[in-house]
Amino acid sequence: MLDAAFFVRWMTAAAAVIDREADRLTELDSPIGDADHGRNMQRGFAAVVKVLETEPPATPGAVLIAAGRQLISSVGGASGPLYGTLLRRAGKTLGEAPQVSVEELRAALAAGVTAVGQLGGSAPGDKTMLDALTPGVAALSASFDAAATASEEGALATVPMQARKGRASYLGERSIGHQDPGATSSALLFAALAEVAK
Amino acid sequence: MSAQTAGGTAGGGSAPVGVVLVSHSGPVAESVATLAVGLAGGGDTVPVAAAGGTPDGGLGTSAELISEAARTVDRGAGVAILVDLGSAVLTVKALIAEGDELPEGARLVDAPFVEGAVAAVVTASAGADLDAVAAAAGEAYGYRKE
Repeated sequence: MLDAAFFVRWMTAAAAVIDREADRLTELDSPIGDADHGRNMQRGFAAVVKVLETEPPATPGAVLIAAGRQLISSVGGASGPLYGTLLRRAGKTLGEAPQVSVEELRAALAAGVTAVGQLGGSAPGDKTMLDALTPGVAALSASFDAAATASEEGALATVPMQARKGRASYLGERSIGHQDPGATSSALLFAALAEVAK
Repeated sequence: MSAQTAGGTAGGGSAPVGVVLVSHSGPVAESVATLAVGLAGGGDTVPVAAAGGTPDGGLGTSAELISEAARTVDRGAGVAILVDLGSAVLTVKALIAEGDELPEGARLVDAPFVEGAVAAVVTASAGADLDAVAAAAGEAYGYRKE
């Protein structure tokens, strides 16, 4: 079973890996976006860690809700409301349980992914974060490592796709051949999850 | 660029609908607010606030500036929020889903940014309610230019 401390470690590890990979995320966002994804995510997750350190929430659900709220307020780009919605919806789905199973986490993240799709009006195949989140969540039933691998593969699979959402969609066919930065940062969330589960 | 009230308060009668203009750019939001109030004639009775860019003056969307702007223009009759692109749309939708981040009756209005802003402020200045303001702003999509 996973407790609030586990979720705080997850968010802290996510902040660390995003911090390490920020330059790469921004590089990926240069040809098809506005070259701020790394910095935006870095700022958002730094705010998440700060609030979790100052007022550690008592339940897994409360950790994700607090983290999501910080992302919505502090990222400054589209990834803020999208990641914020993912975590908040997942947190609300977990409710007030002091501990949750991996299966409950999977179901909560699946609800979060559905909410992200509704908010952005997007579906897998549109070259967005959903292309990493959807396979990652599905593989969570097998193991944390499987989820990390599946989401990473999902992010790589966005390379040949043509973007249909967001700023990259204005580029049409020119978006082909570039890995989606949002799918890449989503894979980092699963990488952080696999890391803290070890 | 901070949230700023471009209009005044209600001049008697029922309270006016507030209008918030959210752009990725502070100057764009401020200028569209000035334009809408100017073109509305009696539009200075409508509280209009701009929430453009990030708090440090960069390009982007700030949830904080949007919440502040919405509170500034709220007179109890609802707040029509008009947005420009991508993250502005998503941030307002996410704030509305949050529940307590925006005043009660705050609504994301589906409208073209400049034309919709003018239509919203003109309609609000005529004393219309939030439904009518939102409808007028949305109708601006129907105005073709060729």
